[in-house]
Amino acid sequence: MSDSAKTRRTDAEPAPTRRWRGDRASAAWLIAPAMIVLAIVIGYPIVSAIIQSFSQDRIFNEQTGFFEEGGFAGLQNYWGWLMQDCGNGINSCPRGTAGSQFWQSIGVTFFLTGVTVVIEVLLGFWIAIIMGRNLWGRGLLRAAVLVPWAIPTAVTAKLWAFIFAPQGIVNSITGLDTQWTTGTWELLTAVIIADVWKTTPFVALLILAGLQMIPKDVYDAAKMDGATRWQQFTKVTLPLVKPALLVAILFRLLDALRMYDLPAIMQGNTSGPATTMSMLVTATIREGQFANASALSTIVFLIIFACAFLMVKGLGVNAVDQAQPNRRKVGAGKSKKGTSADTSSTKAVVMPREDAGGK
Amino acid sequence: MTDTAEKPVQRRIRTGEGWGTYVSGAVIVLGCLLPFYWMMVVAFRDVGYTFSTIPWPTHVTFDNFVAALNTSSGNNMLRAIGNSLVISAVTTTAAVLLGVTVSYALARLKFAGKGFVTGIILAASMFPGVALVTPLFQLFTDIGWIGTYQALVIPNISFALPLTIYTLTAFLHDLPWELEEAARVDGATRGQAFRKVILPLAAPAVFTTAILAFIATWNEYLLASQLSRPNVEPVTVAIARFSGDNPYIQPYAAIMAAGTIVTVPLVIMVLIFQRRIVAGLTAGGVKS
Repeated sequence: MSDSAKTRRTDAEPAPTRRWRGDRASAAWLIAPAMIVLAIVIGYPIVSAIIQSFSQDRIFNEQTGFFEEGGFAGLQNYWGWLMQDCGNGINSCPRGTAGSQFWQSIGVTFFLTGVTVVIEVLLGFWIAIIMGRNLWGRGLLRAAVLVPWAIPTAVTAKLWAFIFAPQGIVNSITGLDTQWTTGTWELLTAVIIADVWKTTPFVALLILAGLQMIPKDVYDAAKMDGATRWQQFTKVTLPLVKPALLVAILFRLLDALRMYDLPAIMQGNTSGPATTMSMLVTATIREGQFANASALSTIVFLIIFACAFLMVKGLGVNAVDQAQPNRRKVGAGKSKKGTSADTSSTKAVVMPREDAGGK
Repeated sequence: MTDTAEKPVQRRIRTGEGWGTYVSGAVIVLGCLLPFYWMMVVAFRDVGYTFSTIPWPTHVTFDNFVAALNTSSGNNMLRAIGNSLVISAVTTTAAVLLGVTVSYALARLKFAGKGFVTGIILAASMFPGVALVTPLFQLFTDIGWIGTYQALVIPNISFALPLTIYTLTAFLHDLPWELEEAARVDGATRGQAFRKVILPLAAPAVFTTAILAFIATWNEYLLASQLSRPNVEPVTVAIARFSGDNPYIQPYAAIMAAGTIVTVPLVIMVLIFQRRIVAGLTAGGVKS
């Protein structure tokens, strides 16, 4: 059976030697417009932000009454953020300014990221397992799970801000008088709950797609060998769902690190106890310190890039294989196969067997 | 389609799940729907009873919707909805037009540098939007674009285009490309084979991708909150800064009504195209 699947796949591809040159030429024309647009909408801003991050914000000269261009600043802006140096030495930024909140915002971002990703993956796994079971009303379950995902984050933020309002339903039901929107831990808890509600369904769908790629016969074989339900889960399900799971975690992690909408709207302000890295950038823009904001957004970009790099290198997440069908190895990129069910049902049935055979 | 293929087999093997599964399922359904339900209950409830804890609809009224659409306190939800439609439609169209050829090349052609292109698309799709805000804010201020649609559409392409390419490539790879070969054997050029054979087959995939790009753009908040003025602001920004007559009191009832107006059409659309959306979401493994 694996033979037939493999021939199908190679048949569908053009013979490399025959069309190589023509393909290369047409590929360039097909890809160029989008690449040029991406270079304009992403490349240009990134380069100009990096250049500006090495310059100094213009300063108000009290004697002349004019703003003066700051000129080249070297690494001064970066030093300022990392050392909380607002001009008068380390830790000299006045309380309440954006400058003093750098390390706090990094801490808040990583705390929110860590907690939400762990909860969402565990909860998402559980939801995926329940959704994969053959229960009456499965259609309702699958529809319900999409509702939180479909609601815009801005609306989600307002909805949960209302639920956690001082007189809101949470305080009314529990009889507490918690100030969810102002206290540090209270606000962080509220943001975490809102984010888990909003995003867990998406994680569950990704994991479910991975679970559905595991062929039934593997479980039958495990059962024959006398594996308990727990053993089936740890020895069969987990290793086989791992590639899809890691990609889901990677996406969630990178998404959580740039979290903005929920804390910004629930806090009602970009500076406060739930200020994330992204919110600090917009707060700095609002203070008119564009060079400083550029340095900060470059730091944020580098942090997120480093996290992605560590995930890919350290945990072996293979997102490129996942995204690049032709080079996909057996065993990697399973999550995708099953989900393409809508466009080709035959392959979806054939492919997992091939994957299992390759193991 | 996998489901329909699997169902008969599963029914024979599994003769029903235990009560634990049903309890879990019920908990999940309630957990997902209750906050949404609560938003609608409050939206339809008289403003004097906003903080009432009665779980079913009481004091039903449409006043909150009137308040939500009222423009006297500096809000303009109808205009914001129109803005969101324009911004999302233009962004989606541009992203799909630019993305479909790249996806075709990635899914179908063999060429050097394919891994590099894929890497760029992936890196772009994970790119933090906040890194764009500072330079774009300055640029658009300098050239007088703050308060125009293009100042919102152009940055949106930065995430809509990678998302489109990523999702569409996954879909296109699974099309029956043998048919294209057959058409070419019959004398069609590559372009003809693409337009006459592959495009009709790929239409559902393109449509699904467009829905996902549309929803992603509709939900965008960060860029719009920094680069828009009230005259062009999308619904997300309008709801986030929705204010009542008294600036110190959050007009929650009206906000919930506004949220209902914005959300219900979206939820209905998502439920109609449920199957496709789930396929598209997991095909690209894209962000929400």
